[in-house]
This record gives sequence, C-alpha cells and structure tokens, in this order.
Amino acid sequence: MLVLAIESSCDETAAAVVRDGREILSSVVYSQVAVHAEYGGVVPEIASRRHLEAIVPVISEALAKGSVALADIEGIAVTQGPGLVGALLVGISTAKALAYARRLPLVGIHHIEGHLLAVLLEHQVEFPFIALAVSGGHTHIYRVDGFARYVTLGQTLDDAAGEAFDKVAKLLGLSYPGGMEIDRLAVSGDPRAVRFPRPLLHDGTFNFSFSGLKTAVLNHLRQYPVPPTGVRLNDICASFQTAVCEILTHKACAAAAATGIGRVVVAGGVACNSGLRRAMSELAVTAGLELHFPSPGLCSDNAAMIAVPGDFYLEHRITSNRELDALPTWPLDTMATRLKGA
Amino acid sequence: MLSVTTRSAAETAALGRRLGELLQPGDFVALTGELGAGKTQFARGVALGLAVDPAQPVTSPTYTLMNVYHGRCPFYHFDLYRLAGDDDAAELGFSEYFHGDGVCLVEWAERLISEMPAERLTVSFHHAGDDLRRIEFAASGDRYRELANTLFDRR
Repeated sequence: MLVLAIESSCDETAAAVVRDGREILSSVVYSQVAVHAEYGGVVPEIASRRHLEAIVPVISEALAKGSVALADIEGIAVTQGPGLVGALLVGISTAKALAYARRLPLVGIHHIEGHLLAVLLEHQVEFPFIALAVSGGHTHIYRVDGFARYVTLGQTLDDAAGEAFDKVAKLLGLSYPGGMEIDRLAVSGDPRAVRFPRPLLHDGTFNFSFSGLKTAVLNHLRQYPVPPTGVRLNDICASFQTAVCEILTHKACAAAAATGIGRVVVAGGVACNSGLRRAMSELAVTAGLELHFPSPGLCSDNAAMIAVPGDFYLEHRITSNRELDALPTWPLDTMATRLKGA
Repeated sequence: MLSVTTRSAAETAALGRRLGELLQPGDFVALTGELGAGKTQFARGVALGLAVDPAQPVTSPTYTLMNVYHGRCPFYHFDLYRLAGDDDAAELGFSEYFHGDGVCLVEWAERLISEMPAERLTVSFHHAGDDLRRIEFAASGDRYRELANTLFDRR
C-alpha cells in the first residue's frame, strides 16, 4: 500500500510517502529547533503557527520528491498522540481533510509506536524485541511482541534522558538544544574525571531516574566559583554522558536477559547520541545481543516511521473515523485493543 | 512569608505530601526556583497527598507541558520550563484548568506570572548548600493564608 504519513506532535512538521511500510519514497522534515533556539524555548503560539505554515508545503514536497500524485496515495497515517494538542491538531486536521476529499482510509498512530518500528525501514528485525526508547520526553523500555503488541517493562520515574541532557547543558551554559553539544564536547573529555552517581542502576527494575544525576552535576558545579570551560567542561560532559549511557545500556541489556529476548532496538532522538551508540554496541557484543539502531535521520522525529505501523493497520482495515482527535496522553500498552476484531 | 529548610529530596517530597493532603479542587499552587531545586520532588509529594496511586510515576512534564493524574480529585501538573515568553502562554489555554475540578500545580510559574490567578499559594525553592533547600511559602487570599497556616501548624 502507498501510504502518506504526517507527523506534527512536537517541534517537527513532517510528511513521508512510504510503500508497504518498508520502502521510503520520500521523507521531508521541517524542524522548528532553530526557531525555538532563537527564543530560548518553545513559544506555543509560534510553534502552532509554524506547523500550520509548514504542513501543506511539506506534504507537497513529500509527494513531489516521491514522484507520486495525491491520486496515487492509498491510505493516510497521522500522529494522533502523545504530544502538544495544538501541534497534533495541525497534522490531524490536514490528514482528515485529505482523507475526506480523496475518500482514503485514515489511521491515527502513536508517536512512540513509530519510533519503535522505524528500524524496520532499514533492517529486517524479527519480533519479539526489546526496545529502548529515549528522547526528550521518553525513557522507556518495551517488549515489542509484534505490531500493536507492546508491553512497558520500565520507564523513567522523573526526568527523561533527553531532558536530563538538555537541562545539564543549560547548567553548563551550553546553547539550546544542548544534548548534541554535550555529545560533541564529551568526545574530547575524560569520562572518569568526575564520578557522577548511577541512580537505580542495580535496583532490579527496568525503571530510570535522572533527576538526581542532574542535581549531582549542579552540586559539582557549585564547588567552583566560575563556570567550567575547556578541558574541565569536556570532562564534565564526558563524565555525565557516560553515567547516562551506562544506566541506559545496563537496563536495556538486563531487560533482554530477564525476558530471554536476544534482540534490542534503540530508538528516539537520544539514539543519535554517539556515546550511547558506542556503549550499547560494546555491551551487545559482550552479552551476545543482536542490536539495531535506526540511522540518525530516522531516530529524530520524522513521518516515515509513522507509515510503518500505519501501513500495518490500514492493510488490516484498522482505521480511525472522522472523530479522530488528538490524544495528549495515550498509553502505548493499550494499542493491542485495536487488534480485536481485525 | 513562612519558610522551612529541608535536608533531602525525600524531606522535600514529604513536605509536598503534607500540602497535598490539605489541597481541594480549585486550589492553585505556583512553584518557582532554579533547576534541581526540588520542584518536581515537591510535586511528587503533592500527588501522594492527593491520593494519586503511588505506583504511578509522577514524571517531569517539561516536554509534555502538562500531565494529569487522578487521585481524590484531578491533579494538573504543569511545567513551563520550555516556554520562552509570558504573553504566549495564553495560547495553551492553561487558564481553562484554573478554578476547575482539580488542583493545579505549576512549575516554572515565573514564566507565566501575568496569567496566574491573583489568589494562590506560591512556593519558592532555593539552594542552601549541598542537599539543603530553603522553601518559602507566600499566600495571597484568605483560602491560601489559611492553607499555609494549617500546613505550618501541623509541622
């Protein structure tokens, strides 16, 4: 099936044309990160307006780059949640209008479901697998038994990993968004320079806690009269990043061991982090795990990943009706209810 | 201004819990203070005090801007950290939740000060060395003065 997918749940306005949930014909992403950086944060009015301005050009570009006409599209998948309602509604309204005008089936997709399955656009990965989903808003470990069949094994109890990166970057005086900047500086730093704590590392659960780690960085910084620069800044970045990566990789591998599932997928924006990729790859070799990362363009928010579950549901005639509405909070584990009667 | 110093994250959460036990639907609590000052710990305690299921993690709403919990009444947990400006917050429709069926608690309230109800409890968090936090309560309006007094009488 030729699916047009639309994503507007956070800072990116994106559209993609994907065949059979596997072959990307086009994937266009318009990011507002630069706009937000200018203001030092999200301005909701501007965020929604930018989505509105971008959505139609982004869809037109996706169709043009995929060399397909709207008449060729056989179904539409759109991110329904979780996310900011104002942002989600831009994508949803557009998807509904297109579906109604072209009499196409439409399905609302869970944003994280897209992240977990994005890897299928590049690799053959068998079910079941363990998924570590790490982004600004998420730090979850799931068991993925198949399309729509997700079980939460653990999650952060306070801050998400991406949020910890951004907030520590702020404490260090780095520019927004700071996660990538920490990764860049960490390359030249000594990861053993500062011994930051590893909260919940050996608590026997698959949960995370990063709030205390953020506070540990703050307490470390307060010992010095001036903000860190040069070698000391690099060392703090490397030490902090290593602590986060050690916790993430340890828990993901522990989940694989506990479930007896030897396949791990790392997904979400923080999966772009080079330290996490390296640490996870090393540990996977030691533990004998089959490890998959989507390429960086598919880790950050995009619409192609939305087409993967989208194609599955549409092929199984699991569709949303015209009442499809934004769901700011939406537990992923409930997705299995969609399979009933399909 | 009433003030208290806590010595750990757990003590900060316990203080939040005692406040949570006293809160009623329609109440508004504004939290201010720097990163790592204990606001989310305090919010976690408030959730417990409102009888939110302890098994439910009270996570940071920084990226979602608001999380909703269901205890003995709805608990609306806001976080305005990612917002840049004060005027634009009106676009989020936050005020529709204020004076509603639940308790509103807003972290980084300093970013939305013009939108806040005039009558509210403002709790400010200050670093006081290592794990010490000085937590100040400022009440405006009869309901909140009574609330603050009850909270401190109970201590």
